[in-house]
Amino acid sequence: MNITVASGKGGTGKTTVAVNLALALNDVRSVQFIDADVEAPNAHLFMHPEFEITRDVEKLLPEIDEAACKVCGACAAACEFHAIARLGDHILVYPTLCHGCGRCRLVCPHNAIHEIPQRLGVVESGRARGMPYARGTLDIGQAMATPIIHALKDEIDPDRVTLIDAPPGTGCPTIAALEAADVALLVTEPTPFGLHDLKAAVGVARVLKRPMGVIINRDGIGDDRVERFCESEGIPVLMRIAFQREIAAAYAVGTPLIELDVRWKDRFLALFSEIEEGGTT
Amino acid sequence: MRQILFLSGKGGTGKTSLAGAFAVLTQDKILADCDVDAANLHLLLDATPIDRGSYEGSKEARIDAERCTQCGRCLSICRFHAIRDTLEVDSLLCEGCGACATACPEGAIELLPRVSGEWIVAETPVGPLVTAELLPGEEASGKLVTFVKRTAGDLAKARKIARMTVDGSPGIGCPVIASTSGVDLAILVTEPSLSGLHDLERILDVVRHFGIDAGVVINKHDLSPEISERIEVFAREHEVEMLGRIPYDPAVPAALVEGRSAVAQPNSDAGNAMRAIVDRVETILDDLDGKEGAS
Repeated sequence: MNITVASGKGGTGKTTVAVNLALALNDVRSVQFIDADVEAPNAHLFMHPEFEITRDVEKLLPEIDEAACKVCGACAAACEFHAIARLGDHILVYPTLCHGCGRCRLVCPHNAIHEIPQRLGVVESGRARGMPYARGTLDIGQAMATPIIHALKDEIDPDRVTLIDAPPGTGCPTIAALEAADVALLVTEPTPFGLHDLKAAVGVARVLKRPMGVIINRDGIGDDRVERFCESEGIPVLMRIAFQREIAAAYAVGTPLIELDVRWKDRFLALFSEIEEGGTT
Repeated sequence: MRQILFLSGKGGTGKTSLAGAFAVLTQDKILADCDVDAANLHLLLDATPIDRGSYEGSKEARIDAERCTQCGRCLSICRFHAIRDTLEVDSLLCEGCGACATACPEGAIELLPRVSGEWIVAETPVGPLVTAELLPGEEASGKLVTFVKRTAGDLAKARKIARMTVDGSPGIGCPVIASTSGVDLAILVTEPSLSGLHDLERILDVVRHFGIDAGVVINKHDLSPEISERIEVFAREHEVEMLGRIPYDPAVPAALVEGRSAVAQPNSDAGNAMRAIVDRVETILDDLDGKEGAS
């Protein structure tokens, strides 16, 4: 079973939920952890993985063969991402705009384009706290996170309960992480920001037709509009984590909740039972 | 046009709360919300939309079943796994590149414009705001960010506004990179946690990669004095200015629930810290203006 922990708004507590659910389940199930927040991966700060295998994730970037190029501009005209431009008698490639689709090479009438792999980031896999652990990391200056998340999916072991820590937002990286999910856990906070972005995340889960449940973190700091929204939409609130300074302080130094207070273990096991028994909609 | 941009790497560190304080306390600026996945700045500013429209930022392949001979060329050429084995297009995976259309020997594939979001121009009591909402599952976030900034730039020129305050998105990828163009100062908002520090290191690398000056703000600094100290050491070692520290203050979410910035209320601890940061950044921008005027 793949459980993707997502949120519209960043910093709501996705990693807290994913890490603690994985650790709580570790004694009773075969569990696996995948950190798919490839722009800002942080679960390793709690899980301390040791990686055994690292592989590069690449895209194919066009390279212009100046000798063969007649500067006709067909490539620039065909590129939907404005990643190629004709400037005077030169063709320029903008690597961060390029999606690596290969259309420029297809349209070039002079066979003047070949493609060279460019690294977008890495996927690392190994073990952490007794369970398989994988993470993806986008390289600095690279724009495309999604191919790394797709590459991470190769690490999923279907015989395990797989916790996937998703990137925030509602765009393509989030979609890529939610596509792998059997169940989506949407983490939010009880503020107008949390509500606004939860609505967007619910929209994504619905587009993908994934059963979902909501977890309210920092419960008590705001108002009850998130609760009312969930009630009116028929989305179950599966857990509430109260705002407490000691929880924030433990998070700050990389201490999981279940190590701060062992009672959290039963609460996360109860959360999993609810997910398994179909408590999501 | 001077531009400041709020970034963080890690989400939820307080970019928008601080951007809201700048919105309230500074004059002669236009606001641009470039966190198009989760645009929230309008929730602090009593915004009234005055213009809006669909944003067609990308395209999508459509296969004409009548002309398709099921040769499968599109399936083999697509690098985004967006053509299913049944030779149908998976909307969520299609990037609209058109490689399939070029490859199709029957000319059976065309690219159709696709609405990927909505842009909104709003008036607020503290100046105009350009914002946007990406539709669920759309991938044109970088293009929409560029569109928001261009729209804000055009409006600022028409109204003779000298500065742009840009709220960025979390992460370090596509929408973040798109938001950095033309920026004079990136304000990196972090929180005192190992995650906050880790992601600060990454976002600082990104803004330096693109040659943009940066300063650091620690939000909720008192939640972990130990990690706050490590962040300050990091900032010193990397020669990036500490612009300020904001204490944890329940007045911030309380004001947010009311749809206001913490600085709109008198004398909250967080509000006072934000005021000091606004003053420091104003000084930096005035110095930049002065240097340019002198040269």
